[in-house]
Amino acid sequence: MGYDDARHLLNRAGFGATDAEIREYAALGREEAVDRLLAGARREASIRAPAFVDEPFVPFYKVRQMGVDERQAEQRKLMEQGFELRAWWLREMSLTPSPLTERMTLFWHNHFATAQQKVRHAQLMYRQNALLRSEALGNFATLLHGVAKDPAMLIYLDNAGSRRQAPNENFAREVMELFTLGEGHYSEHDIKEAARAFTGWSLDRDSGEFTYRRVWHDYGEKTVLGTSGRLDGDDVIDILLGRGETAEFIAAKVWREFVSPHPDAAQVRRWAAAFRGSRYEIKPLLRAALTSDAFWSAENRASLVKSPVDLVVGTMRTFDIHPFDLRPAVFACAALGQNPFSPPNVKGWPGGDAWITSATLLGRKQWLERVFRGSDPMAPAAGTREAEAKADGADRYRRILERGMADYAFDAGRFSRAMAAAPDGAASVERLALATPPISASADGSDLVEHLRQLVADPAFQLK
Amino acid sequence: MSVDRRAFLRLAALAPFAGMASLAAAVSAPATRTLLVLVELKGGNDGLNTVIPFADPLYSQLRPRLAIARDQVLQLDERTGLHPSLAKVLPIWEEGRLAIVQGVGYPKPNLSHFRSIEIWDTASKSDEYLDAGWLARAFAVSPSPPQFAADGVVVGPNAMGPLAGATGRAIALASPEQFLRNARLARGEGEARNEALAHILRVERDVLAAAERLHAGRKFDAPFPQGGFGSAVQTAAQLAANESGIAVVRLSLGGFDTHANQLQVHGNLLRQLAEGLSALREALIEIDRWKSTLVATYAEFGRRARENQSSGTDHGTASVHLVLGGAVKGGLYGAAPALDRLDVEGNIPFAVDFRSYYATILERWWGIGARTVLGSSFAPLDWL
Repeated sequence: MGYDDARHLLNRAGFGATDAEIREYAALGREEAVDRLLAGARREASIRAPAFVDEPFVPFYKVRQMGVDERQAEQRKLMEQGFELRAWWLREMSLTPSPLTERMTLFWHNHFATAQQKVRHAQLMYRQNALLRSEALGNFATLLHGVAKDPAMLIYLDNAGSRRQAPNENFAREVMELFTLGEGHYSEHDIKEAARAFTGWSLDRDSGEFTYRRVWHDYGEKTVLGTSGRLDGDDVIDILLGRGETAEFIAAKVWREFVSPHPDAAQVRRWAAAFRGSRYEIKPLLRAALTSDAFWSAENRASLVKSPVDLVVGTMRTFDIHPFDLRPAVFACAALGQNPFSPPNVKGWPGGDAWITSATLLGRKQWLERVFRGSDPMAPAAGTREAEAKADGADRYRRILERGMADYAFDAGRFSRAMAAAPDGAASVERLALATPPISASADGSDLVEHLRQLVADPAFQLK
Repeated sequence: MSVDRRAFLRLAALAPFAGMASLAAAVSAPATRTLLVLVELKGGNDGLNTVIPFADPLYSQLRPRLAIARDQVLQLDERTGLHPSLAKVLPIWEEGRLAIVQGVGYPKPNLSHFRSIEIWDTASKSDEYLDAGWLARAFAVSPSPPQFAADGVVVGPNAMGPLAGATGRAIALASPEQFLRNARLARGEGEARNEALAHILRVERDVLAAAERLHAGRKFDAPFPQGGFGSAVQTAAQLAANESGIAVVRLSLGGFDTHANQLQVHGNLLRQLAEGLSALREALIEIDRWKSTLVATYAEFGRRARENQSSGTDHGTASVHLVLGGAVKGGLYGAAPALDRLDVEGNIPFAVDFRSYYATILERWWGIGARTVLGSSFAPLDWL
């Protein structure tokens, strides 16, 4: 299919790609390449989970019983674990042999958005992440049933405490509006009835695992979307999976993730019908998307704005930057508006053009400048270690991270040696770095590295 | 704003949309335009526990666990009081510069966070979908003077909300210092080949235009509260002090979606809000802008009157909003929550359409014809 097609596929299906990876895929046909990506899907991460996930679970009620100091120490520990978890996931994204698996795990994290700020337990966030990955390219029906009973979700959308006397509507609403049907395809009455069906789905307070509290469950007759009976939560989810809107909602979201900002209604309906027909198998849906004419069409190239994770992890992967400490990358993604495990709300990150405001665009350029120029002339003078030790809280973190960024410097020497072999250096650098020709940068005889620095500062570098 | 300009804008508002921008800009623009600071209470603030109808027996019946005890409420009159965590705004009430607008909402309310805030941001009807934010439309009708640094500034990494749209000059920043340090990285020239690129180039141009006229480093004697909202308030004060004008500053305080264990969380949020508003007032007085600044809160909705089983509250409809500033006529506006007339979903009926709230700002603060911006007539309120 050639270099440009291979670059397009690998950047959209994963996070960036090195020149060598692109050359390898360039030799394949389009369908062959897509099938290879799908066949490489994983159900587990390729690197070892952070050690804290195997530590004993500390129940909430025990935290509440602690003294002030001990409780603060516990809260600090949870925060540190959350940071470690984010660094672990970004490392997995930057090293995994199947970037498509991580892209889809992130896609489902955005779909079933859950934030650690409310869940608090990093262990529960990890368990949810493992669930999302195990079905990332598996089956959507299985995933939806799993997420509805996932402890982090039960806490995040308040179902854990929902009882028949006064059901909590939060999960019932969002499962329809954001996880399946989309807004406008259900009534307020459906929400109230569904909320009754989910009563009793809760957490075991000692283990943090799902538990069904019979005494909290409403066993009465309910009617959801025209179906009546003594419905429980699984029944409601099956009712939602039985609706055509659900498949269309997911198919349109897949289009926006991989193809362009504007789904084609007729094609989405066809994908959705096939998706339902396969009982919600995800791989065939992705195959339809990645082999569609729309995916490969010239007008949809460079039509998507890179997310902060695309920008940070994609840049690291493309230019072979593999730092020892991934926390500065976490910090960068968060500052640019996408802190993994902390979506802004249950709708996830709005994405698209909304990624780019003056604040985040300048933040992106500043980060790239640091990586590609190895220094940051604009940053406040780097503090000494003594100042670091004295500073407290967020400021101390910031200083440590500033220092850690040194490890992210792009290796200009290695890059120019590698690209020197290419027949037309400047053009090759451009085809690797950008999805569309530069807007304002020009190759006016400068050396390859300086040319690349111009390209990453170009507005076109923000697109994929 | 001069009387002439006001009259002109009223006249301009009657004319068709096209061509108005250049015509309005051709008129000699005032050196300053009064400032609006919007504060979004993200997640849907519980109005009933913000401004409390403590004398209504239904209040404590609906909220056996969440009701604020009568003796803790900061009483404003014989039946209305503020949540105790709002103590810092009480002096503003006492000096007559706090308007409390009760029962703000709209017909056929939508209970989704995302759809409802879209309705608020675009000032649309419940079943109408508009692309541009209401302030972006206002500035299309009546552009800010060209020497302004920007129409609007969104503080923090949030969405542009009411300033979103293809017209006008709006920027987002965390602090003026950081913005100016990085602005040299923007370029702005070039041809837009698709929508995404057009958006990026426009943001770059807005950055360059704002950077030319933005000043940093204003220090205040008055202290600002710790934390994210405190820093945002400080940024708002610095922007208010900027020599070249800015028409709108939008701040956000998040976390109001209190479905569970609401008491402590909500109290904390209201304390942050009150401390921030109080610090903002101090800073504005210091730079002599308290009289030329209007501060107004908004949110996607309020919360259900009856508490839920998780000691929280579910999504509701009408809610209370606070308006303050040196030109505000303080007092209670709208209607106290009619807890005896809840709708079938258990929600408080609305008394003031949120577009009347906006119309007050457009007409009485800026002299912009609200009808042109909002699509139909909404009676302004009397707090200005």
